[in-house]
Amino acid sequence: MEEKKIRVLIAKPGLDGHDRGAKVVARALRDAGMEVIYTGLRQTPKQIVETAIQEDVDVIGLSVLSGAHTHLFPEIMRLLKENQVEDIIVIGGGVIPEEDIPELKRAGLVEIFTPGTDTRDIINLIREKVKP
Amino acid sequence: MTEKAEIIKIRKAKEQWESTTLKKSLEKFPERKEKFVTGSGVEVRRLYTPAELGDFDYEEDLNFPGNYPFTRGVQPTMYRGKLWTMRQYAGFGTAEESNKRYRYLLSQGQTGLSIAFDLPTQIGYDSDHPMSVGEVGKVGVAIDSLEDMEILFKDIPLDKVSTSMTINAPAAILLAMYLAVAEKQNISPDKLNGTIQNDILKEYIARGTYIFPPTPSMRLITDIFKFCSQKMPLWNTISISGYHIREAGATAIQEIAFTLADGIAYVQAARDAGLEVDDFAPRLSFFFNAHNDLLEEVAKFRAARRLWAKIMKDRFGARDLKSQMLRFHTQTAGCTLTAQQPDNNIIRVTIQALAAVLGGTQSLHTNSRDEALALPSEDSVRIALRTQQIIAYESGVAETIDPLAGSYYIEALTTEIEKKALEYIEKIDKLGGVTRAIEKGFIQQEIQNSAYQYQKEIEEGKRIVVGVNQFQISEKSPEGLLRVEPEVGRHQIERLHALRKSRDNQKVKESLSALEKAARTDDNLMPYILDCVKAYVTLGEICDVLRREFGEYTESVKL
Repeated sequence: MEEKKIRVLIAKPGLDGHDRGAKVVARALRDAGMEVIYTGLRQTPKQIVETAIQEDVDVIGLSVLSGAHTHLFPEIMRLLKENQVEDIIVIGGGVIPEEDIPELKRAGLVEIFTPGTDTRDIINLIREKVKP
Repeated sequence: MTEKAEIIKIRKAKEQWESTTLKKSLEKFPERKEKFVTGSGVEVRRLYTPAELGDFDYEEDLNFPGNYPFTRGVQPTMYRGKLWTMRQYAGFGTAEESNKRYRYLLSQGQTGLSIAFDLPTQIGYDSDHPMSVGEVGKVGVAIDSLEDMEILFKDIPLDKVSTSMTINAPAAILLAMYLAVAEKQNISPDKLNGTIQNDILKEYIARGTYIFPPTPSMRLITDIFKFCSQKMPLWNTISISGYHIREAGATAIQEIAFTLADGIAYVQAARDAGLEVDDFAPRLSFFFNAHNDLLEEVAKFRAARRLWAKIMKDRFGARDLKSQMLRFHTQTAGCTLTAQQPDNNIIRVTIQALAAVLGGTQSLHTNSRDEALALPSEDSVRIALRTQQIIAYESGVAETIDPLAGSYYIEALTTEIEKKALEYIEKIDKLGGVTRAIEKGFIQQEIQNSAYQYQKEIEEGKRIVVGVNQFQISEKSPEGLLRVEPEVGRHQIERLHALRKSRDNQKVKESLSALEKAARTDDNLMPYILDCVKAYVTLGEICDVLRREFGEYTESVKL
C-alpha cells in the first residue's frame, strides 16, 4: 500500500510580508515528498486554524519576522485547542529571540527554527513527529 | 580603449600563456573548483584582459562623471564634493521613543533621517484595528494621526534635515502629514528635502505591504508626482526599490532588471496621466541592495546607471540630464546577516558598504550586527554608522571618482549584467509589462526559484556561509537585544482614543466625505488628503474610505 503523504500548511499570520523563508521551506518540504499548502500573506489566526482543519493537515508551519509571534503563535495554539484539533503538530520560524522560545514551547509549539536553519532539520523533525 | 590590432595581439599572447605557463601550473596545482561564479551565479573567468572587453568605447560606454550615460557617477565631483548621505533606517515603538533615537543619531553625525513605520501604519490600519494586535510599534514607529507625526519630529527642524520615509500604499497620507508638520514649523513645501518610497509594484512583487489594486495605486502615485512637481521641487517622489526584491532572493541581475522594469511602468503611467517626462523624471530615485560579492555589486550599480540612462533617453525621449540619471540609496543586505556569531556581520556589512561606495551611491544605510536576532540595539547601530564613517574618512576610497573603472573584470561584468538585465526587461515587455508579469506570477516565481537555489547551495555546501555551514562554534545566547514592550500598543491606543474624542469630528466627517467624492473623479487626491490629515482624521479612517472606493489587492500565490 502506498504510504500516506504528510500534509503541511505553511502560514503567514499577521501583517508581516517577508515570505522568502516560508516559500523556501514550502518548496523544500514538497521536494521531500510532503503535500504542502501555502496560505499567502496576512492570515488571521482564525483563518489559519480553519484552513488547517479543512485541509486536514498533520503539520502547521508558522512564519513571522515582525516580532508579533509573541501574540500570534499562542493565539493560534489557543484556537486549535478550542476546536479540539490538538493532534496537529505546530512549528514556527522567523526572527525570534531565543528568550521567547521557552514560552512559545509552553504554548504548545513543537519547535522554533531561527535564521540559518537547514531545511533538512525541519524535514527530519516533521517525519519524526508525525506518526503514520 | 585599445585598438583592434592591439586586442588581437593580447588575445594571442594570452593563448600562449595558457598553453605554457598556465598549463604547467595547473598540472601541478589544480584550481579549487571546476567553475567559478559570482554571488549571483554569473560565470567568472580566470583572468580578464582587454580581450574580454570586446567593442569597448570609453566615451560611449563610460564617459565622464555627470555625463550621459553616467556609468562613472551622476555628479561631476562625486564624493570629492560631498560624501554620500549616511542615513540609518530607524523607528520603533511610539513616536516619543523614535524621536529620541533620531535626535541621538543626528547628534552622532548622521546626516539624514530614515523613518521606519510599523506594519499597521504601512498597511493603513489604525493601532486599534483587530489586524494590528501584536504588531503595533514592532518593526517601526506607529503613526495613527498628525498628532503622532508632530511628536515624531519634535525639535527637529524640517528645513535642516532630509527625511526618507519607507511608506508605500499610504504614501500620500504620510507625505501630507509631513507637509502639515512643516506648516506648523513655518516651513514652506518647496524647502522640504526627502523621499517617500511610494513604490507599490515591488510591494506586490516582494515586500507585501500593499492595500489597493494596481490601477488605483498607480493613480495615487501619479497624483503625488503631479502635486510634487508643482509644490515640492526638492522632494524625491518615489524610491523605486530593488532592495526588497533582492532580499526576497533575486540575483543581482534580477534585482536591477525588475527594478528598472518597475521604473518603466511608473514613467509610462505618469505620461499616460498627461505629465511631461522631464517635469517629473528628475525627482525619481532608486534604492538598491548591497550584497556580499563586492565586485559584482560594484558592476551592478554601474550597469543600472547606464541602462536607466539609455531607457530614459531612447524609450521615453527624456532630454533633461537629470531625468536620465539614476540616483540611488543603498542598504546592505539584511538577508546575509547570520544569527550565528553575529559579530561577523560587522565585516559583511563593511564589504557591502564598500561596494555601495565604490558603486557611487548617493546615500547609505548600514545594517547592524544583531538584526538576524532582533531590532538593533543602540550600540550596534553606532558600530554600523561608524563603519560608514571609517570608509568615508579613513579608507581613501572616496578621494577619487569611480576608482574601479577600467578594471577589465569590472567593465566586462558591468557590460554582462546590463545585457542580461535588458533581456529580462524585454521579456517583461513581451508579457505585457510589469503589472501583467506580476499578475501572472512570473516575477515572483523567478525570485522564488533563485531563493530556493541559494538555500540548496548552502545546504549542499556549494556556498559557504562562515559560521553557518562552516567554521561553526558553540555559542552562548546573545544578550542586550532590543525589545518592544507590549505597553507600546496600549499607550498608542489610549492616545488614539483620546484624539477621537478631542478633535472636531464635524470637520473629520466633512473632509472624509470630500475625499470619498474626489476618489470617484479624476481629481488629484493630494489636496483632499491634506485637508483630512489637518483635521486629525486618522490614517486608518482615510484608508478605509479609499478601500471602499478602490477595493483591495489579493496576491496570486504560486509555489
